[in-house]
Amino acid sequence: MKQVRWALTGALLFFGPMARAQGADAPPTADLVWVALSAVLVLLMTPALAMFYGGMVRRINVLSTMMHSFIAMGVISILWLALGYSLAFGTAGSGWIGDFSRTMGNGISTSEPAASGGSSALFMLFQMMFAIITPALISGAIAERMKFGSYVAFIALWSLVVYSPVACWVWNPDGWLLKHGALDFAGGTVVHLASGVAALAAAIVLGKRRALIHREPIPPNNLTMTLVGAGLLWFGWIGFNAGSALAMNGVAVNAFISTHMAAAAGMIGWLVVERIKTGKATALGAASGLVGGLVGITPGAGFVAPVGAVAVGLLTGAACYLAIGLKNKLGYDDSLDVVGVHGAGGLLGAVLTGVFASEAANPAVKDALAGGRMELVVKQVVAVGAVGVYSFVVTMGLLLALKAMGGIRANAEQEDAGLDETMHGEAGYNLY
Amino acid sequence: MMKIEAMIRPQKLEAVLEAVHELQLTGMTVTEVRGMGRQRGITYTYRGSQYTTPLSHKVKIELVVNDEMVEDAVRAIQEAAGTGEVGDGKIFLVPVADAIRIRNGERGEPAIS
Repeated sequence: MKQVRWALTGALLFFGPMARAQGADAPPTADLVWVALSAVLVLLMTPALAMFYGGMVRRINVLSTMMHSFIAMGVISILWLALGYSLAFGTAGSGWIGDFSRTMGNGISTSEPAASGGSSALFMLFQMMFAIITPALISGAIAERMKFGSYVAFIALWSLVVYSPVACWVWNPDGWLLKHGALDFAGGTVVHLASGVAALAAAIVLGKRRALIHREPIPPNNLTMTLVGAGLLWFGWIGFNAGSALAMNGVAVNAFISTHMAAAAGMIGWLVVERIKTGKATALGAASGLVGGLVGITPGAGFVAPVGAVAVGLLTGAACYLAIGLKNKLGYDDSLDVVGVHGAGGLLGAVLTGVFASEAANPAVKDALAGGRMELVVKQVVAVGAVGVYSFVVTMGLLLALKAMGGIRANAEQEDAGLDETMHGEAGYNLY
Repeated sequence: MMKIEAMIRPQKLEAVLEAVHELQLTGMTVTEVRGMGRQRGITYTYRGSQYTTPLSHKVKIELVVNDEMVEDAVRAIQEAAGTGEVGDGKIFLVPVADAIRIRNGERGEPAIS
């Protein structure tokens, strides 16, 4: 009991000026409390994403779009416990994929500290929340036109053949990219780049929405919901990044500050470019820019000092605004700009982690910089290339296979009437 | 009987309701509508994609009155809803063949008083 109280005090101190001094000597229980709290924060990000995406589509697709995120909480949770976790964090002699030693909750102990990785039950839970949100991120690219059953099959398979292996490469103690020396603190490559690139493949395979082809307007149904969603993503992202320290210590505090600063700077970066290009700073732009900044700092949160994080946020926020214009030039229909925000932001963030990583933020950066900063940046580029190419190719193959087995796209009638009515038999907004 | 259909600026709704109330007129239907007149349209920008619509936001008031009340009602609405700028809206007068009170089947003028 005394230990529990101590842990809570530790968590509270985290928000106070003494956090840094406290971190180093905190007992494992404080770490467990922090990781458990962080898991809850990351869990909240998926309903937040549902709101963020749900507000941006037409009113005939609001439920279907929100459902794309919610169903991941159902399907991926079970899949992760049963198999996905083991493929990512089981023993991986090859460095490419884990074995079956931790399937169905086996080999996982509730008495291990979270930082012990593969064998801790809390670590499995914390990682589950990442596994849930990653395929849900892709759903923004296929919004308003994919069959629901096909979507569920797709995210389940994608989680096993893309997410788990990539998580193994980057985070498993045996992972080849980890050994290669690439830095990815909280999943810039595993979560954002992998989903952003998969989104590109998905948008290409599915093709353009009929409304876009026919030049019909596609107005967002409720941007107030999108803004609340973006705010909750910011909130949850603190757990995503600072929780990735897996302990209540100085690195966690640095990740908290860097994450927050990058979100703030991302919003400003996007709005400045938007204001220059179109004359107006929009609310949707503020929401998008802060998410872009958060994506950008994800790989570097625990390695980049607060001022560096401001630079990362400004650059990714601005770059994401420019990147969303690519879809019109190149002709793919990335409905809600997953490629522009998570793909481009994830790529740039990984590279900028190499540029701004500093020993002041994390002593571990000393080793990473042993071969010089240029070498680290090159390693980051290799990680981006490997994850990007793998995710693109496998996602493309997966979707083409599903397409060949019976089609993945709603028919024209369903698409015109809206997926809420035709896939789910309900409406988000009723007259009475 | 005449139906008065007035398209007005949304922010003038309260003033119009007051003016109509002063004439002891009860019973009306109010709807949020979009419409197009001489007023310029609106351009929305979502993540750089621009949508321009010629439609602007209006509120439509529909009330059915006895013939002798028509001119007073029209004057009251015009005064209350007007600003003198383009975009103040329109009032249409439509003859009404009959009116039926659903509760008891009353017809004609008693049904609207």
